[in-house]
Amino acid sequence: MIKRTTKIAMKRAKKKKNPFKFKLGSSKKNQVHLARRHARERRFRVFGFSAIAASMIFLLVFFASIIADGYSAFTQAQLRIVVTFDQSLVEKGNYRKILQNSLKQQFPEAKGRKQRFMLYKLVSKGGVNSLRKLVDNNPQIIGETDQVWLPASSLIDMYVKGKTNNEVDESKRKIKDLQIKWLEELQANNSVRSVFNTAFFTNGDSREPEQAGILGSIMGSIFSIVVCMLISMSIGIGAAVYLEEFAPKNKLTDLIEVNINNLAAVPSIIFGLLALAIYLNFFGMPRSSSLVGGFALAMLVLPTIVIASRNALAAVPPSIRFAATALGATKVQVTLHHTIPYALPGILTGTILGVARALGETAPLLMIGMVAFVADVPTGILDPATSLPTQIYLWADSPELGFVEKTSACIIILLLILGIVNGTAAYIRKKFQYDW
Amino acid sequence: MKNKDIRMQAKGLNVSYGDKQALFDVNLEIAKNKVTALIGPSGCGKSTFLRCLNRMNDVVDSCKIDGIVQLDGFNIYKKKVDVVLLRQKIGMVFQKPNPFPKSIYENVAYGPKIHGLTNSREELDKLVKKSLNRAGLWEEVKDRLEDPGTSLSGGQQQRLCIARAIAVTPEVILMDEPCSALDPIATKIIEELIDDLKKKFTIVIITHSMQQAARVSDYTAFFHLGKIIESGETKQMFSNPRLKRTQDYIAGKFG
Ligand SMILES: Nc1ncnc2c1ncn2[C@@H]1O[C@H](COP(=O)(O)OP(=O)(O)OP(=O)(O)O)[C@@H](O)[C@H]1O
Ligand SMILES: [Mg+2]
Repeated sequence: MIKRTTKIAMKRAKKKKNPFKFKLGSSKKNQVHLARRHARERRFRVFGFSAIAASMIFLLVFFASIIADGYSAFTQAQLRIVVTFDQSLVEKGNYRKILQNSLKQQFPEAKGRKQRFMLYKLVSKGGVNSLRKLVDNNPQIIGETDQVWLPASSLIDMYVKGKTNNEVDESKRKIKDLQIKWLEELQANNSVRSVFNTAFFTNGDSREPEQAGILGSIMGSIFSIVVCMLISMSIGIGAAVYLEEFAPKNKLTDLIEVNINNLAAVPSIIFGLLALAIYLNFFGMPRSSSLVGGFALAMLVLPTIVIASRNALAAVPPSIRFAATALGATKVQVTLHHTIPYALPGILTGTILGVARALGETAPLLMIGMVAFVADVPTGILDPATSLPTQIYLWADSPELGFVEKTSACIIILLLILGIVNGTAAYIRKKFQYDW
Repeated sequence: MKNKDIRMQAKGLNVSYGDKQALFDVNLEIAKNKVTALIGPSGCGKSTFLRCLNRMNDVVDSCKIDGIVQLDGFNIYKKKVDVVLLRQKIGMVFQKPNPFPKSIYENVAYGPKIHGLTNSREELDKLVKKSLNRAGLWEEVKDRLEDPGTSLSGGQQQRLCIARAIAVTPEVILMDEPCSALDPIATKIIEELIDDLKKKFTIVIITHSMQQAARVSDYTAFFHLGKIIESGETKQMFSNPRLKRTQDYIAGKFG
């Protein structure tokens, strides 16, 4: 085996007409040795390159599949319906009836409860809200008849996006032939269009896939990350500064150090259990709230921040500390005026990376109930909330076809945010870190 | 040496790091407004002695110091001595230039700021200018005071460190091999600077270069294995050492 590679290597060396060959590899033995060394180097490079290529391919496939699944969630089908704003119904606030009547008028062939029910299912339940908003903004419309673009139901949305399987027998699929016929009628009238799905970014969660949005979970994530950062940064950086700059080096501090490293390796679900036991059961903080979520995440990223900050502090050369000390600065002055400022880029980078980890963390939030169905967008840290990853978890678990693309879209958003956060960390490191 | 000419004096100084003793019963007088050179082979305790003079050894946990070091007749190892004030009076320049990664101006202004030496920005500006001038750096940096101190060349950085040390108006300046990281031209500039500085400051300098010791110093102390073997006037010691060991070291026979 070795001999074969050696031979190949020697052949290559000959081809290259290495001008130094005669000088360096004067004897046959030296030549063989040199050729072997080059061959080894080449093998090493090939190995490294294929490792990189493999991981790039993996990443590419991963992104491609998620984007292919998820991009369609950013558009939403709308139907143009002729709506009659009946005065008495508007006064009663019964917009649902208005919508149903208008649909009936447009498709009079729908007979019987069952067919009418199928007819109503064309338009999203959110269409009722759209009508109400329309009237609120424009009261003159009362009593008139007008063409209105209304969001299609998830069923129609999926059909329009070609995500449904229409080959199977009618009884086995949700969308019925009659509905398809109506839809085709609308399409023939140019009454079906696809628009940017703003609801996805402005709504909280919903049972109806076409109305479900990520704003609630984004707010939940922001609130819990803010809480997490406030706690973990103040405690983490404080602990790191004390341990690195002030603590005497003895058995006790060694023990603390080892345990902080151990803490960083504890599975995150255990922090969730701890948070459940302490914050919810003992202190009685509000379940599912971003406050408790932030506390749980803070415990999780605390060791990361301590370790990163200590490394950043340790990277400040002792000679700088000596310089300040010899000028007559006190220990605290040396730390506050020099060590911490010079370590700050590193500390921030570490903290941001910790926060990125917290952003994607799911398990501890499952334990403290940030995985409930929350339709209202949270407005404070005490409101029940979900976070982006738990929202993904929730949607991935939903049986409706419409949630498949929502799940992937939510993953895309989460990855984008993580990318931005990590990019910021890299930027700070590149731009501000001191090279000693 | 007459008493009034002595600025610092070490008496019976014993220093150890943990179990390892680094200095044995060291006695040395440091003359006012003169340059005292400390020479000797590597590891003989020169830096240790120098750090005893401004209590920089306090930062080393394992370091135990026994004996007396006086500044103007006052023992600096007494309990009630404020090290912060002491280090203002006794400045230090290190072997490797170690400017703060701040602007040139901030580097020099930092000491006066923490000691509250100036009352206004103009005063501080003046002090910074004066210190840079005295370190022979003003002309080179006056247009780029806001540039980071680390952007200067090695020799300029070392002069910046000297300017930083003299900005707090010390009485004594300790220099630990200040030229060992510099080329001959930068070294020459710093040697001239030392010659100039001794009018105002008392200087203690460690050097491995016998020529440098001969050129810049008035007094020399020869350390070997933690003891002072011989000390005295530089001229006399270099031309006519009392001990064979000193002669051998100066002649480069060991070291
Ligand atoms: N911080 C320290 N901890 C433990 N031992 C030390 C420490 N600093 C110095 N020593 C020891 O003290 C002895 C004297 O060291 P010192 O640095 O004073 O030598 P030096 O004369 O300055 O040498 P050089 O010319 O190489 O700088 C050496 O044996 C060294 O190992
Ligand atoms: Mg030394």
